[in-house]
Amino acid sequence: MKTLTNISFWLLLVVVAAVALVPIVQGNVSMREDAFYILMLVILASSTNIIMGYTGYVSFGHIVFFGTGGYVAFYLMQTYQWHFVLAALVGGVAASLLAFLLGNAVLRLRGAYFALATIGINEAVRSFVSNFEPFGGSIGMFFNFSMYDAYGGAKNAGQLAYYAMVVLALVTIAVSFLIKKSKFGLGLMSIREDQDASMVLGINPARMKVMTYTISAFFPAIAGAIFFFKNGLIEPGPAFELHRSVEALVMVMLGGFGTVTGPIVGAVVYERLRSFLITNATFSNFHLVIAGALLLLIVLFVPAGLVGWLRLRFAAVRRFLE
Amino acid sequence: MSTLQVKSLEAGYGEVQILWSMSLELQRGKLTSLVGSNGSGKTTLLRAVTGLLKPWKGNVTFDGKDVTKISPHEKAEMGLVLVPEARQLFTDMSVLENLEMGATPKAARAEFKQTLEWVYTLLPRLKERQNQLTGTLSGGEQQMVAIARGLMAKPKVLMFDELSLGLSPLLVINLFEVLLKLKTQGLTMLLVEQNVQMALAVSDYAYVLNNGRVDIEGESRKVMGMESVRKAYLGI
Amino acid sequence: MILSVENVSKRFGGLQALDKVTLSVNEGEIFGIIGPNGAGKTTLFNTINGVYTPTEGRIKFRGEDVTGLPPFDLSKRGLARTYQVVRPLGELTVRENVTVGACFGRENLPLEKAEKVADEVLEFVGLTARHDMLASKLNVAQKKRLEMARALAARPILILLDEVLAGLNPQEVGDMLTVVRKIREQGVTIIMIEHLMHAVMNLSDRVFVLDYGAQIAEGTPQEVSNHPKVIEAYLGDPEVAKRFLEGTSS
Repeated sequence: MKTLTNISFWLLLVVVAAVALVPIVQGNVSMREDAFYILMLVILASSTNIIMGYTGYVSFGHIVFFGTGGYVAFYLMQTYQWHFVLAALVGGVAASLLAFLLGNAVLRLRGAYFALATIGINEAVRSFVSNFEPFGGSIGMFFNFSMYDAYGGAKNAGQLAYYAMVVLALVTIAVSFLIKKSKFGLGLMSIREDQDASMVLGINPARMKVMTYTISAFFPAIAGAIFFFKNGLIEPGPAFELHRSVEALVMVMLGGFGTVTGPIVGAVVYERLRSFLITNATFSNFHLVIAGALLLLIVLFVPAGLVGWLRLRFAAVRRFLE
Repeated sequence: MSTLQVKSLEAGYGEVQILWSMSLELQRGKLTSLVGSNGSGKTTLLRAVTGLLKPWKGNVTFDGKDVTKISPHEKAEMGLVLVPEARQLFTDMSVLENLEMGATPKAARAEFKQTLEWVYTLLPRLKERQNQLTGTLSGGEQQMVAIARGLMAKPKVLMFDELSLGLSPLLVINLFEVLLKLKTQGLTMLLVEQNVQMALAVSDYAYVLNNGRVDIEGESRKVMGMESVRKAYLGI
Repeated sequence: MILSVENVSKRFGGLQALDKVTLSVNEGEIFGIIGPNGAGKTTLFNTINGVYTPTEGRIKFRGEDVTGLPPFDLSKRGLARTYQVVRPLGELTVRENVTVGACFGRENLPLEKAEKVADEVLEFVGLTARHDMLASKLNVAQKKRLEMARALAARPILILLDEVLAGLNPQEVGDMLTVVRKIREQGVTIIMIEHLMHAVMNLSDRVFVLDYGAQIAEGTPQEVSNHPKVIEAYLGDPEVAKRFLEGTSS
């Protein structure tokens, strides 16, 4: 495929990998922790972009896949002592299956109705999990500290989790890039622009939308599995926290929807801004106000987002910044 | 002196130009008809003349005054009144209330009672139904209310947009007989019509539009037999 | 015979939009569909290309019954269509728009081959210079050409043109007609809905006239333009006018 010979593809992956390895090389654990969290946001934002940026379907409840992956993986690790990588992959498949089954029904809806339905799905799954005994009900599940012995101790497990998150982030970015530059991606963007015209051109929207939704569920699920593996504790609230997927949407809009680098930039900028505001004496009390105002400004004046705007303004940028 | 004159009018919607240098004249006391196939610009011309659409070029002169840039309600005050396409009546109001609304211009308000009586003699069916909700009337009756409402404004020039739309041939004949009565009372009228045969039968002078331009014009009787009218509509 | 519409009717609740319409189009011809506003012309197109399913009747394309198939299926079989009110994929470039057509049309090409086809088609319609522009930034005439290019990139066997000349100035009309003729020269069968009578009458091999959803005439442009029912549909009933004149002169 032509993308694999595209230099900006490899450049992007190398840059992300290099930045991600800085905390490891420097041996700085707190930096690594920050990077871990940011990489997770990058994965969430990129997956949200796959369904929203390319297809135009705004998934407000995308966090449901994060929680689903987390819970399924945790259960397998806790109950059957599966290795976290294997458990995570199964968690990913479980979430994709959920997306596939629900997608057929929910993707028929348009615009606001779809968005509302995704919120409904998240709340329904959270409710279910809170009452599902095998998953610990409302208390959730937690690891015995000895769980980490298999990985050489808790500290080592933390490092392994980090590597896993880095790899996942690179895979997610790669997939996002491949989709965008493929015939499949072109079809998706066509659906986003005008679904009816797309049908007349030979595109089967239903099939493509479900496929995309399924793919977009896989990565957040694995991210959830890794996150909760490292956390050692999973509860329904944090696993299905709705505002996290809303934040992911903000990141996508901020960085630039429909681009590969946009969600990355958006995740980093948003997270940096948020932690700056929270820890700053002057702004900590109204950091949400400022974040909200920022979002409003972006949507009103730069709806293409930071990367999107750069790509529109400078043709040269378009060539290497996807 | 003619009461309404349009000179080299150009107008359109957004990027799309509909009228290309249109010129026409209404003779005082005469019924002039404006016909043309769909997309020829008939309704666009009316909207540009009344001011609902801002002309791009050219001017509209009413009784010697340049009214091109004047708003529709000011033109109504001056006596240039439009009976719009699809009537656009206040369906939740009674017939009488609609007629009251028609008499908004100052001169009309002052003579409301006399004008109402005159309108009722012209269209007696409306007097019977004056308290009925307009939305419950038949198509033909609603069209009568629309005409009556226009008359309540005491117009000097009355323009009609697609009077016959959706009405049976008998109703159309009835309505056009009303127009003839108005003509005997000296009212200057412009009739924009889909039904060419009827429009030519009722009017004194006719303009045939094609693609936003005047293709044919002349006395209605003469235009009626013209092969070129058929050609204007059917292309060959 | 490339397309056969057999006794097709379409109801929307109480409204009979199409009433037992029957027509057939031969390979390589330019078939015109005319009729007053609201006659059901676009509804007929929508029914042929799968946007609507007929309430009654059958549609056969190249000998196969395609009644009720969705638009993307018909596109894959070689039936393309343009819209009266153009629908460009706004945030995609001109080239991307046409590439979509080539990717998902009859030949179902992979991306690279599709882009080559797109470039050829852009040349054909004269939009090569604007290939990198966002579709939403084109003017009306260019958008119409893009709409055509997108349909042509699917390499159709039959193309439905819905008022491609609407909103164009005389110069642009002439340019567009040249493109339509070129399409015919390529061997593509064309069905066109047009209000611009001198264009459709001069271009069509045969003409079909609809009024209130039903057929009122069919034949060569000459036959149709002199047909009394067609004249009546466009100009009004001369008998009614006569009655009126007689009634009022007495």
